[in-house]
Amino acid sequence: MSIKNKAYIVGIFEHPTRKAEDKSLAQLHAESAKGALEDAGLSKSDIDGYFCAGDAPGLGPLSMADYMGLKLRHMDSTDTGGSSYLIHVGHAAEAIALGKCTIALITLAGKPRSEGQATGTAARTTQNTPEAPFENPYGPATANMYAMCAMRHMHQYGTTSEQLAWIKVAASHHAQHNPRAMLRDVVTVEDVVNSPMIADPLHRLDCCVISDGGGAIIVASPEVAKSLKRPKVKIIGAGEAPKHQMGGQVDLTYSGAVWSGPPAFAEAGVKPRDIKYASIYDSFTITVLMQIEDLGFCEKGQGGRFVSDGNLISGTGKLPFNTDGGGLCNNHPANRGGLTKVVEAVRQLRGEAHPAVQVKNCDLALAHGTGGSLGTRHGAATVIMERE
Amino acid sequence: MPAQERKIQAPQPNPETQAFWKAAEGGKLMIGKCTACGAVHYYPRAICPFCFSDKTELQQASGNGTIYTYSVMRRAPIPYAIAYVSLSEGPTMMTNIVDCDLDKIRIGQAVRLVFKPSDGGPPVPMFTPA
Repeated sequence: MSIKNKAYIVGIFEHPTRKAEDKSLAQLHAESAKGALEDAGLSKSDIDGYFCAGDAPGLGPLSMADYMGLKLRHMDSTDTGGSSYLIHVGHAAEAIALGKCTIALITLAGKPRSEGQATGTAARTTQNTPEAPFENPYGPATANMYAMCAMRHMHQYGTTSEQLAWIKVAASHHAQHNPRAMLRDVVTVEDVVNSPMIADPLHRLDCCVISDGGGAIIVASPEVAKSLKRPKVKIIGAGEAPKHQMGGQVDLTYSGAVWSGPPAFAEAGVKPRDIKYASIYDSFTITVLMQIEDLGFCEKGQGGRFVSDGNLISGTGKLPFNTDGGGLCNNHPANRGGLTKVVEAVRQLRGEAHPAVQVKNCDLALAHGTGGSLGTRHGAATVIMERE
Repeated sequence: MPAQERKIQAPQPNPETQAFWKAAEGGKLMIGKCTACGAVHYYPRAICPFCFSDKTELQQASGNGTIYTYSVMRRAPIPYAIAYVSLSEGPTMMTNIVDCDLDKIRIGQAVRLVFKPSDGGPPVPMFTPA
């Protein structure tokens, strides 16, 4: 039993807003859904499966199903933070393969920017988790958790700030071609390492943007995909896994990609070297570096060398990544970047990326996400897609 | 950069963690010990995260450890050092490195336990250079 060849991504939409003071959260979800339906050439009444995560208002999928007037026979509100939507793609393929639904909608939306959230630097205060009393007193924010991973990686493997900076440099080279990207200026390694320190060793330009926005994906059966006029993007492999502190056996040098990647590659029957384009979650530069290593694009510990000298830049590098500018430059709706990772991978496979960053003959792509915190607990999810 | 005092969010003890925080009030850092498989764990819990036995108890830690990793949060009203410290008993725990020059903290540095008052709750285990 496998999801390979059982489901297709037939509709994608990235909400154009980056600051949505004039819109409600439910509206952003619904506008994204509408956009993806139009992209697919489907109508709302075709949807029989719905997937959303913790950014959707209300209890699981209920409020949004009500708001959008959906009649469903399958729903799933798996929430692993920013990687949720990659898990949703895999779960939607499973549900479709089993006949539990035929056309599944996945939505994401959020307004952290217009709400003025200090997303990266505000200390966590949630009290109702078992770990809270053993972590919250110490001021864990988002930035300093990822920073501790970077610090250990540098110590163990000799990774440098300049190497991490290359990840931002590559993202900025792509973002200059995206008129909607929040940061469109091409930056240099010096710009990154000279930007203000946020949490040692991560600088301001090692961090992703804070943006409002949203997006949606429509996954459908092979029969539906065949009936539509869009280029066909097939889901051929998926994997997911949580990583945590393992009862105190903490190891921050690797991510859950070591567990989500191999089953996805095995299911797809491809190797990392076969991948033509990769969307890699980029909450911070270190996130990208660790996931690239853990997915097997290079040897463990060699990520710094691998990402250097423009190796992630489309057209010149071996592994073109995040050609929309990613979270580092384009957007990070709801502080959750997993959905837009799938969207740009589908654009690449369809040949619909910006001509300046479109990968030639892009027939095999990977999207990978990390949700939660790399420094404590996170959900890793890998999706491999093929153009048919 | 000299460390300054930061307001520390009070841990909220629950039925499972009450004994841990009671010990903290007496200046003791406790870790979880499973009498079925023998493994120690952190944070302490009623069910062993390794063998899933309910034969767990608290064991006092020596308070000695080394810094596994850390980061100084510069973008905060009062900069502070968050860290993971590997205890000599084995488990690695999240903590703060305090009472020291934040710019001189290093991975591998030996540290010892100190307790710092929280904002209206039990004292919290932290570490300072040994």
